Amino acid sequence: MGKAAVDVPMKGGFSFDHYRRNEMLSNKGLKPPSFLKTGTTIVGLIFQVRILGIYSYLRRCLFNSPLMFAFYVQDGVILGADTRATEGPIVADKNCEKIHYMAPNIYCCGAGTAADTEAVTDMVSSQLQLHRYHTSRESRVVTALSLLKSHLFSYQGHVSAALVLGGVDVTGPHLHTIYPHGSTDTLPFATMGSGSLAAMAVFESKYREGLARDEGIKLVTEAICSGIFNDLGSGSNVDVCVITKGQTEYLRNLQTPNPRTYVNERGYSFSKKTEVLSTKITPLKELVEVIEGGDAMEE
Amino acid sequence: MKQQANWSPYDNNGGTCVAIAGADYCVVASDTRMSTGYSILTRDYSKICQLAEKSVMASSGFQADVRALQKVLAARHAIYQHQHNKQMSCPAMAQLLSNTLYYKRFFPYYAFNVLGGLDSEGKGCVFTYDAVGSYERVGYSSQGSGSTLIMPFLDNQLKSPSPLLLPAQDAVTPLSESEAIDLVKTCFASATERDIYTGDKLEIVVLNVSGIRREYMELRKD
Amino acid sequence: MNLLVDSNQAKSNSLISEAASERTLYPYVTGTSVIGIKYKDGILMMADMGGSYGSTLRYKSMERLKPVGKHSLLGASGEISDFQEILRYLDELILYDNMWDDGNSMGPKEVHNYLTRVMYNRRNKFNPLWNSLVLGGVKNGQKYLGMVSMIGVHFEDNHVATGFGNHLARPILRDEWHENLSFEDGVRLLEKCMRVLLYRDRSAVNKLQIAKITEEGMTISQPYALKTSWNLAAFQNPTAGAEGSW
Repeated sequence: MGKAAVDVPMKGGFSFDHYRRNEMLSNKGLKPPSFLKTGTTIVGLIFQVRILGIYSYLRRCLFNSPLMFAFYVQDGVILGADTRATEGPIVADKNCEKIHYMAPNIYCCGAGTAADTEAVTDMVSSQLQLHRYHTSRESRVVTALSLLKSHLFSYQGHVSAALVLGGVDVTGPHLHTIYPHGSTDTLPFATMGSGSLAAMAVFESKYREGLARDEGIKLVTEAICSGIFNDLGSGSNVDVCVITKGQTEYLRNLQTPNPRTYVNERGYSFSKKTEVLSTKITPLKELVEVIEGGDAMEE
Repeated sequence: MKQQANWSPYDNNGGTCVAIAGADYCVVASDTRMSTGYSILTRDYSKICQLAEKSVMASSGFQADVRALQKVLAARHAIYQHQHNKQMSCPAMAQLLSNTLYYKRFFPYYAFNVLGGLDSEGKGCVFTYDAVGSYERVGYSSQGSGSTLIMPFLDNQLKSPSPLLLPAQDAVTPLSESEAIDLVKTCFASATERDIYTGDKLEIVVLNVSGIRREYMELRKD
Repeated sequence: MNLLVDSNQAKSNSLISEAASERTLYPYVTGTSVIGIKYKDGILMMADMGGSYGSTLRYKSMERLKPVGKHSLLGASGEISDFQEILRYLDELILYDNMWDDGNSMGPKEVHNYLTRVMYNRRNKFNPLWNSLVLGGVKNGQKYLGMVSMIGVHFEDNHVATGFGNHLARPILRDEWHENLSFEDGVRLLEKCMRVLLYRDRSAVNKLQIAKITEEGMTISQPYALKTSWNLAAFQNPTAGAEGSW
């Protein structure tokens, strides 16, 4: 192997030198610092209900006219998340936000290392924004999906973000899950994070096709609550995001089922702060010679 | 065909214990959550065990070891009663607990205990342990998963006199019984906010001249 | 190579060299979740009949719910051979209990306590019985439902579940269980849990047994299957949902 082959940087691809170094260090007993994790229950579901138009319904009742089917379809995506962030066994944030903005019509729930979920959704959301400036069209969910999965795949699972991506675009409502290694799923309902099993138990026993919007919100809330109460990595409040054609509702803290259980009426007193016994100010200007008007900073 | 994770004889079932000694009472408290990993096994498991008339032990750690420890102590106390025709005193039980823990020095009981009770003069006493039997008589203590959150608060509220002072000073806290119970409730409500292994329900045992009394308070269940 | 190791030396090494000793280091044939609940008149328990050999479904008629004495019912997940060994211990226990011929018989609480000691003892010998056990029963009008793990962790509750059941079934049980469940509602609740496990636990199979124990006695059902549905529209053509991606 010639010297040139060593010196010339590799073309394309990613360098995993740091990963190899860290592996070596941790084999030698170095403990890496722990990160903020979102232990997390995150879920999403698609609802789609065909509603009989009121006009034809009334006509049928009042005039006993022949059955007139005038359905319109109300559909969309509902995302949900708990609000606990943990650092090992400690709750680091009791009310964090895990439903991230991607585009006005696309949101994304994140579980895993908080920094990774935040960074990856921010990066993709800015790419989507630029793409919208370019094309003057609404972003599509597949675009976000492809950007996210190719980023995550190229980092081979070292960017630990597990995502539930949902949105409504010109092709209708979409829901996807994205695993840290970059694989994706397209599903009618999805759960992720440490509370995913508890939440999935609710979905598997209660989800059906043809849910209405409000039924969908109720089911998502129930699934999140199941994660909150049965999984120690999840807790505190319920956040929900409802996305329908042309409208997005971010329902922050839709439910707060975990108030503090006890507050002592007497309160507590804490001992006096460190007292200031004396104050002395030494003006530095008198001790040194200050040369004014040196080299002015270039502008 | 080895898919299973390596077997371990230990587990951590979480939980927090607190004990506070006063001039004529002792408060022992712990939460009732039992968990493993990220899941809750049961929301209503008492970690407090009455070992003798005037000594109560609260333990967290590995439940199977804790239960075995409680059974050994119960058996030893039964023998003591047969031989001496009286209840063991709290300081005696404290020594017995230490010896029992140290007996298994090289395959320890993974149990973190606080022993509370009344001594022969009726004064509150608290003994705090590590898993292999090192122990100390103190005025208050906390053990288990939430102890790192509770102990500094107790230190701030109940500054006990230095054990180095001569003549030795009483380690008991200056609080009244009801103040101590309030303090314990606050401790647990706060620890539950920040420790994922603490929660569900608080069990408080109060020992005083008139006997033994239990109180319960709900905690967050998430 | 010295193959004739001194027997004392072999013994003293037994804690260190695992290959030289005989103990369960990992399970061979395993059963998955067991669920048990209290209901108005007694205890209901449910388990499937699969016996997995790693990820192969090796046996399909494993009975994992068994009667113990007159008042108790035992359900097991984990290593099947260890479970059958436990059944032999229990046979002996019940036999010796009968031989007193004093009209007394062991109740579920006693059997559960015995099991906790057996499990804990074996873990102390670093030779665990690779099971999670559910014990339910009724005696003198008292309902009893408890669990023991492989390392001796044990507790009582109104509803219990082993393995995957602890993650998937107990959230449902915590939401929907109540003291006055009728027999029919109890069965419905258990079936709801088993259905979720069927969908989400890859080693669960749709051949189940349900067992009931009351003051009057116990019955273990014939194997039966649950109705499942796999025909959500979104599952018909999954690629349609992400056209343009890969």
